[in-house]
Amino acid sequence: MSDVILSVQDLTAEVDGNPILKGFNLEIKAGEIHAIMGPNGSGKSTFSKILAGHPAYTVTGGEIVFLGQNLLELEPDDRAKSGVFLAFQYPLEIPGVSNVDFLRVSYNAKRKHEGLEELDAFDFDEVVQSKVTLLKMDPSFLSRSVNEGFSGGEKKRNEILQMALLEPRLGILDEIDSGLDIDALKVVAGSVNALKKPENATLIITHYQRLLNYILPDVIHVMADGRILMSGDKDLALELEAKGYDWVLEGEAVGA
Amino acid sequence: MTIESIPVESTLSDVGNLGGTTKVNRADYLLGLLSLRGELPSELGRLQERRDRAFSLVHDRAIPTTRDEEWRFTDLSDLLRLQFQTRLPSEIGFPQLEDFLLPESTNSRLVFVDGVFAPALSAVDDLPDGVLVGNLVAGAELVPALPAYLANQPGGDEVFTALNTASFTDGAIAWVPKNSVVEAPIHLLFVSTTEALSHPRCLVVAQAGSCVTLIEEYVSLSEGRYFTNSVTEIYVEENAEVRHTRVQRDSVSAFHIGKTAVSQARDSRYTCTAVSLGAKLARHHLEIYQTGEQTDTTLNGLTLVDGDRVGDTHSLIALSQPYGTANQVNKTVVRDRAHAVFNGKVWVPKAAQMTNAAQLSRNLLLSPKARVDTKPQLEITADNVKCAHGATVSQLEDDEVFYLQSRGIPADQARKLLTYAFAIDVIDRISVSSLRDTLTRLIRVQTS
Repeated sequence: MSDVILSVQDLTAEVDGNPILKGFNLEIKAGEIHAIMGPNGSGKSTFSKILAGHPAYTVTGGEIVFLGQNLLELEPDDRAKSGVFLAFQYPLEIPGVSNVDFLRVSYNAKRKHEGLEELDAFDFDEVVQSKVTLLKMDPSFLSRSVNEGFSGGEKKRNEILQMALLEPRLGILDEIDSGLDIDALKVVAGSVNALKKPENATLIITHYQRLLNYILPDVIHVMADGRILMSGDKDLALELEAKGYDWVLEGEAVGA
Repeated sequence: MTIESIPVESTLSDVGNLGGTTKVNRADYLLGLLSLRGELPSELGRLQERRDRAFSLVHDRAIPTTRDEEWRFTDLSDLLRLQFQTRLPSEIGFPQLEDFLLPESTNSRLVFVDGVFAPALSAVDDLPDGVLVGNLVAGAELVPALPAYLANQPGGDEVFTALNTASFTDGAIAWVPKNSVVEAPIHLLFVSTTEALSHPRCLVVAQAGSCVTLIEEYVSLSEGRYFTNSVTEIYVEENAEVRHTRVQRDSVSAFHIGKTAVSQARDSRYTCTAVSLGAKLARHHLEIYQTGEQTDTTLNGLTLVDGDRVGDTHSLIALSQPYGTANQVNKTVVRDRAHAVFNGKVWVPKAAQMTNAAQLSRNLLLSPKARVDTKPQLEITADNVKCAHGATVSQLEDDEVFYLQSRGIPADQARKLLTYAFAIDVIDRISVSSLRDTLTRLIRVQTS
């Protein structure tokens, strides 16, 4: 069982008293890419935010075990330092903080947590430049304020750059493909593939099958009304694309 | 009901009495301040008429109360507790000024100690021909036109402006002749050392086609309860450019009331970045008077207050001609029980067609007892203009803090970083790098 990265059991959660997750189960092993698909309002994004520890959501039952530890006991920053990374659907703009300073503070927080020496601006520059090259990004990204005035595609690539630096054990990509044109999508997907390592895992949250043409998942889950209704391999995504989500939802209704 | 009515009545009568006595006290107190006025050097004799007028104006007035519309949010009662005497200026040397000197202004610096010009600490050299930077007295000798400018801006009847006009002795002058470009920033450094009353005065005249950078800075060597009452007059003539940075770093026990009055002629450009970090009570009047068309005005403001301090900015952009552009951003960061005030008037009369004006007031409240009063006041009668304004009062957003936390940055550090970022945005607009670095350091300390 040592290769289990994430194990979620019977998770229930609510926001402002409204139940959003209603008995959610998931297990992700090292080296795997999982995709959660589902219609809007199914609870996909909620699940990703709960993993990262967003304060607006209250977990009312069940457990989340990440690398053998109870994730729900950790503060959001401790989760990040332990290796959980959430690429935001809507990355925030922080005028006044340069991207490179933000990345360094974040990178050093993780190094400190791992008992490593923090890097000064000079040494960090070397690290970040190598990632920028790997992701084929424009170096001018670094000197600009975090996400300020970035296009939708640039914001998503900036999320991937952060992921590349922090090298998480579990990378969660929340709607990383929404709002991207096909060229930007290929770049983002290529970056995610380039960062794949056997000891890490990736969870893709998406509404559209299109992304999965470029990032091949090992397991696809279909989510609706706060639960996973069906799991399968990549063919499931194609079937969903052809038949629509109603097909799964109707099957569920008949089964019930 | 009966029981309740007794204290109410007694409170009311108290207020009445207090109001009565306070009114007398406030007039007396102002007379007391006026009695400390210095003698005007004879070289400035031609100014005597304006000075006499200011004197009689102040003579019949009182320190404003919160019943005065212009002082509604800022209570000057605490000022009345301070007593001042005429003092000799302190002897200070370069070692005490070390932290305040700017390498960019090594040869373009005037220093005033408790309001008195300190020639030994000042240095003016290598300026372009015809540029005059010095004490007002020297200026009056060398520039015959000077009295036509001094104490001649609109708004001079405001009580503290008039008190300054009636009282100042020394002052800074920067005279930049036609088409002259002064590369070195002119640093006007006002140092307070003791519990004194001072009336710093600056006059800047940028003649047609000239360009000058001005740093007006108020600092303290003590934690004293002094009172600085400054007036700066700036004339930006046709197609000239003035880049002005005003830094208020007074003692947190001090009172600072400052006026910046700017006249902008046709095609002129004026930028003011005003940073207010110190003082128990700081008030800045910033007034722009447009006298010709197609002027460009940029006003950036930042006020940081904590404890029970008060930081107040009252600005006026008075347009009167077509094709003017004005951009104003005023930011405040308010902690503890502190109080920030912003009142921003923009006048766009019928004559000011094709004006493009934008005003934004952004306020960050960092504690439940922190308070901000913000009042954009746009008076527009021209019908073919673009005018935008906005005011936001907010706390740090949970989503912003969460975003940083999700990158491994602890919540506490995330809040500091976001506060710093909010403030530093204004500092980044300052072009003089050593000053920008110093202020960045100060902001970092004040936001951590």
